[in-house]
Amino acid sequence: MKPTSIRSVILASSVGTLIEWYDFYIFGSLATVIANQFFPKTNPTAALLSTLATFAAGFIVRPFGALVFGRLGDLIGRKYTFLLTLIIMGASTFAIGLIPSYENIGVFAPIIILILRLLQGLALGGEYGGAATYVAEHAPANRRGYFTSWIQTTATLGLFLSLGIILITRNSLDSDTAKSIAKFNEWGWRIPFLLSIVLVGVSIYIRLKMKESPLFAKLKDEGKTSVNPLKESFAHRGNLKMVLLALFGATMGQGVVWYTGQFYAQSFIENVCKIDFEQSRTILIWAILFATPFFVVFGKWSDKVGRKWIMLTGMFLAIVTYRPLFDQLFAISDTDTKRELITRKEINTKLIPISNTGNSLRTVTSTRHYKEGIRLVEIKTDTLYAEPGKVTLRPDIRTSKLLNDGNYRWMIIIVFIMILYVTMVYGPIAAFLVELFPTKIRYTSMSLPYHIGNGVFGGLTPFIATLLTTIYTGDRLVGLYYPIIIAAVCLIIGVLYVSNKIDPNVND
Amino acid sequence: MNSIKRYAGLLWMIMGPVAIFYLIRTAAEEITKKPVIDTKIQWIVFVVIFIPIAIGIMVFGWYALKGEYDHLPESSAELED
Repeated sequence: MKPTSIRSVILASSVGTLIEWYDFYIFGSLATVIANQFFPKTNPTAALLSTLATFAAGFIVRPFGALVFGRLGDLIGRKYTFLLTLIIMGASTFAIGLIPSYENIGVFAPIIILILRLLQGLALGGEYGGAATYVAEHAPANRRGYFTSWIQTTATLGLFLSLGIILITRNSLDSDTAKSIAKFNEWGWRIPFLLSIVLVGVSIYIRLKMKESPLFAKLKDEGKTSVNPLKESFAHRGNLKMVLLALFGATMGQGVVWYTGQFYAQSFIENVCKIDFEQSRTILIWAILFATPFFVVFGKWSDKVGRKWIMLTGMFLAIVTYRPLFDQLFAISDTDTKRELITRKEINTKLIPISNTGNSLRTVTSTRHYKEGIRLVEIKTDTLYAEPGKVTLRPDIRTSKLLNDGNYRWMIIIVFIMILYVTMVYGPIAAFLVELFPTKIRYTSMSLPYHIGNGVFGGLTPFIATLLTTIYTGDRLVGLYYPIIIAAVCLIIGVLYVSNKIDPNVND
Repeated sequence: MNSIKRYAGLLWMIMGPVAIFYLIRTAAEEITKKPVIDTKIQWIVFVVIFIPIAIGIMVFGWYALKGEYDHLPESSAELED
């Protein structure tokens, strides 16, 4: 295949997949804002739908999407299937940006949002397998890892794009930052959703011009496509054992390393280290930017040395270094071990009268400066009662820390290291999965272990890690045992059972 | 190496029921501790999703024990039953 042709194959596949990840992530990144608009806690039905939207889309629907669209991709072809997933994802995302809020249409709002979120999960479940298969089936055997690694950059770049667009929109709706954030929370959050239609439109245009995968087209011409891809994938022992090997020896560990490095790290920086909203996001943005090229580096390298040991080395490094790395993140921001510059402490009190009550809303902002360059801002809000002796029992206290340049850079380096592990486990995995399965059931067979590994094992990482910290309160790093144990089991299975041999022929 | 692969199969087979037991026990404890709808849904989702996966690792262990992974297929023809 000509270099220009393979470049357009990669471009068409990668841009679409990137946009699908972007669409999927903006919902997650804006979960709090969306919850306020559509899922008021005062309405139990809405709160129930909110929990369903969070859990069902990520963990249940994605593997179903893998089955539904995987089957379709093996029956009618890769091109039309991943075109369909893109259209479903784009339309659902755009529609989310248009739904009237709960205040306007009541309980219909959360119901519609839930349906659209489920459609997003379904579409995502079908997209990746199609894109990876499509590129791999165009690639020469000696460069399969390199070409498919471009697809592997898209999940991380999708996250990067979603964080970037949200931050830009959040800060550009008004010259006054506070007003801009207020506008964003009110209506500006819709912009990233609506913007998706432009990106999807461009991607559909590019994909429409592409031809069907040559290997699938050949199978179809010869009448050798699968009649029942689900049965052939999961009911035939020979293939099922490879599906299980892909899941337990590769994608399960890859999923937890992926979500720990990119999502749990961000959640830890924001909620445990209490780093400022924007700083915690820009730390991730910079780390992603520096680490992303390594997806291609490791994908290309896997063409020379095989896929297995690169992926397993990434898992091994994650297992042995997660605790020290997260410990270091905490140490950087731990103000208990820092020296406060007492003379620079600032306290500002603002009182807003509450009409006809004689009471006032009191906001006390105290700012502490530390010699190591950290600034701790604590905002305490309570009611100042006119009645003597009456006090607010549970005032709202919010703290955030601002890092100086040195500490900020140090955090970027630590997150960069964690994302580097992601590039090791994730860069070569598309080529690895493609090479395990035959052309006629490849889309179905590789999609399911990928989405169980990534969506279920990986997607649950932030929840289970946070849950562990609420059960075992003595150790702030206890949440890391989940990804460490899962990655360790996967590493042992991978070392024992996975082959490092590159399949020279994926045409069969 | 092949005998290690087979013996390790026993470990994977045991891991399945242990995971199911631990999962259901923790779910019951957590739901009892905080019986609100959010907790119930979260744990029902965990149990519903992880039980088939735990069965999957038992099947994987069974295949390993039977020597199915002693030799990995080198062509698609070998994947046919």
